[in-house]
Amino acid sequence: MLAGVLLLIFLPPLVAKDLCKDSQDGFKVRLSIKTGLGDDAYEWNESEMFLFRSTLAYAMRKHSNQDTYTIDNILVCNDTQRVSFVFVVTSTDDPDQLIPKEQVELAVRQNKHRINNAFLLSDMTLEFMGIPPTLSAPIIYDTEPWLIVFGVVIGAVAVGIVALLMSTVSKKRRAKEKAAGLSEEDEGIVKENGTALSSLGRKEGVYNQAFSNDDRFTKL
Amino acid sequence: MKLKLPNPGLEDRILNHDELERLEVEEAGDRPKWDNKAQYMLTCVGFCVGLGNVWRFPYLCQSHGGGAFMIPFLILLVFEGIPLLHLEFAIGQRLRKGSVGVWRTINPYMLGVGIASMCVSFLVSLYYNTIIAWVMWYFFNSFQEPLPWSQCPINANRTGLVSECERSSPVDYFWYRETLNTSAAIDDMGGLQWWMILCLISAWGVLYVCCIRGIETTGKAVYVTSTLPYVVLTIFLIRGLTLKGSFDGIKFLFTPDLNELANPTTWLDAGAQVFYSFSLAFGGLISFSSYNSVHNNCEQDAVIISIINAFTSIYAATVIYSIIGFRATERFDDCLSGNILTLLNTFDLPEGNITESNYQEVLHSLNSTNSDIISNLNLKTCDLNSFLSEGVEGTGLAFIVFTEAITKMPLSPLWSVLFFVMLFCLGLSSMFGNIEGVLVPLQDLKVFPKSWPKEVISGVTCLVCCLVGLIFVQGSGNYWLALFDSFAGSIPLLIIAFSEMIGVVYVYGIDRFNEDLIFMIGHKPNIFWQATWRVISPLIMLAIFIFYFSTIVTKEIFYIAWDPESENFPTLEKKPYPSWIYVIIFLLAGVPSLSVPGTAVFRAIREYCCKKHPSAPVQEIDSVSSNSKFCSFIHS
Repeated sequence: MLAGVLLLIFLPPLVAKDLCKDSQDGFKVRLSIKTGLGDDAYEWNESEMFLFRSTLAYAMRKHSNQDTYTIDNILVCNDTQRVSFVFVVTSTDDPDQLIPKEQVELAVRQNKHRINNAFLLSDMTLEFMGIPPTLSAPIIYDTEPWLIVFGVVIGAVAVGIVALLMSTVSKKRRAKEKAAGLSEEDEGIVKENGTALSSLGRKEGVYNQAFSNDDRFTKL
Repeated sequence: MKLKLPNPGLEDRILNHDELERLEVEEAGDRPKWDNKAQYMLTCVGFCVGLGNVWRFPYLCQSHGGGAFMIPFLILLVFEGIPLLHLEFAIGQRLRKGSVGVWRTINPYMLGVGIASMCVSFLVSLYYNTIIAWVMWYFFNSFQEPLPWSQCPINANRTGLVSECERSSPVDYFWYRETLNTSAAIDDMGGLQWWMILCLISAWGVLYVCCIRGIETTGKAVYVTSTLPYVVLTIFLIRGLTLKGSFDGIKFLFTPDLNELANPTTWLDAGAQVFYSFSLAFGGLISFSSYNSVHNNCEQDAVIISIINAFTSIYAATVIYSIIGFRATERFDDCLSGNILTLLNTFDLPEGNITESNYQEVLHSLNSTNSDIISNLNLKTCDLNSFLSEGVEGTGLAFIVFTEAITKMPLSPLWSVLFFVMLFCLGLSSMFGNIEGVLVPLQDLKVFPKSWPKEVISGVTCLVCCLVGLIFVQGSGNYWLALFDSFAGSIPLLIIAFSEMIGVVYVYGIDRFNEDLIFMIGHKPNIFWQATWRVISPLIMLAIFIFYFSTIVTKEIFYIAWDPESENFPTLEKKPYPSWIYVIIFLLAGVPSLSVPGTAVFRAIREYCCKKHPSAPVQEIDSVSSNSKFCSFIHS
């Protein structure tokens, strides 16, 4: 009678341990608290383990939409100093039945963000072996930033070219007007036999076609 | 006994000293002038100081014995670089023409030297501006956080990273795939990459704005492009020295290994670096100094610019290696932490048990007890020296190694923008000299009608170069660029420089040259200049040329390709060139080199044909020519 009672008391934890150790539906978890938090690292103890089991229960609840999961459904074993262990999830209806691996994986993936935040860790420092982290969505820009900078540079270049060409054109036009203006002045002042004093100031004088240019070089 | 080759008619082709003096005093002539001496110095410094100072010299320094490399570098600087520089400045200032004009004046048979300079300047401009286009692409992409080369993109179905990126690294992937979109071999053209075309257009556009009116506009632009690199280098030096591991990098760079001095390759590489670093034989320096006043002290200028160039090389090397030291230390730390984590995970030891200091002892003790497990782990060997030697040269340094270092620094977009602005300024100021070496000969050869204004000529030249440069924005563009760099910018320059020295010293005449220098700067160049111009520098040029030529002809030439399908990926794969490439190589290196003797032969044949047919028109007496001597002789 006493043996039977003793057996009844000690059987569940023994069975539980076997469920965890030998199971194929378990996941190994590894935490790297010191790497993740440095000086703010906390100590891993029973309370932290309690938190872990409760977050997993929460994840199972959300995934299956059943409010029946409790902390007793999460079994843990193979606890090491590294801070790594194995856990399994038992079904709410039958404590000897385990939830299949795929279901647990889905539950964890859906709620990884919440689980990470509960422990102030990240996907790198709180690892579930066999569950790859979901990658964040790539940033999609409406206009690529490089096109914007390119547009600015090309705009500045175009403005520069136009400005410089305009200044050349206006300089040429001004020079042409000046030359036209000067030649008008000349026509006004210098006459063929004129004695306007201003004509004496010019070096070349007026070229008189009456005298031929042929004998510039004296023929011998 | 001074050797002087016969050179009839030289007196008629050049302005004598009195005429030069008159030109100077009256400020007659329509040749452009520098606004002030600072513009001239900054333009020359900008031309000489280029991308090679940043990414070739540090690599040579580190691979040829560190501090010991300074010895051959400085010796060859003094005996090769400074004399050639002084020669180019003096002859340009004296004859007051661009490279084609100068050589045609010295002797019409030497016109080929000018044409060769023009060809080389043209070929180099094509690919150099493509490098600037690449720099601009990285600059455009630096205005975002996180930088696009800091992480691998996610593949199409969001299950993992892109495989090519995962196998290599984010910086490699961004450079080879997202920038170049490189094909696996040079035969595979790969098609034009539209984003690179845009960058190429912007590079040529910026260059056109700065060169639109010749030195009138470049003279203003160099105030920024020549000074900004020094500012940025100083900022990077201060930033670099505060990073962990920078002193390891600097120590690694400068640790001397005197055994390297016995290796002839060290001297050859030092000579080649001095030569290419000074941008000699491009014709641009002759052009720039021809805009100077005739009594400008070109001797002093040559010495100052050489010193600035050498100082910039050493300064840039220090900065680059401080950053490389930081990157190597980061890689080493990552490698070690990775190994430590693996050990902790395998043996389920608590964190903090293994640190960097006791890693070796713990590994040793674990190895003695569980050697089979350890060997299965494939722990990486972490050696700081091997990470430091990974410092590559060329585009690999700027676009792979340095960009990776930048991603590890806080405020990476800022450092990225600064770095690429610096590279842009370095490249652009060198391009000013290259374009000058193309435009002025084109004007001298009267390729364009005289009625065309300067703006149109520079516009047409830039447009043509941009269109031809589309070769380099294809998938295989990177390989074409390497080809152009190895062959267009190496052998022909050596031949041109050698011909320049022989031409000035023996055809123009060293006596006349000395007299010109007495007229220009007031004193005869001393024994150092005489010895180097006449004997030492030509011999050094000849030696470098023979070495270069023999290595190229004897060794099998190959190129390194990025081939995701190769076995050694991500290591670049050595591939032999296809046979039709040899035609291209001959065109690149052969045409400029052969135009030196070719033009002389062509001219000689033409003269001979003219002599045979005396019905050729008698030389007209031009009454209003600059040859006032003629008229005065007949009138007296």
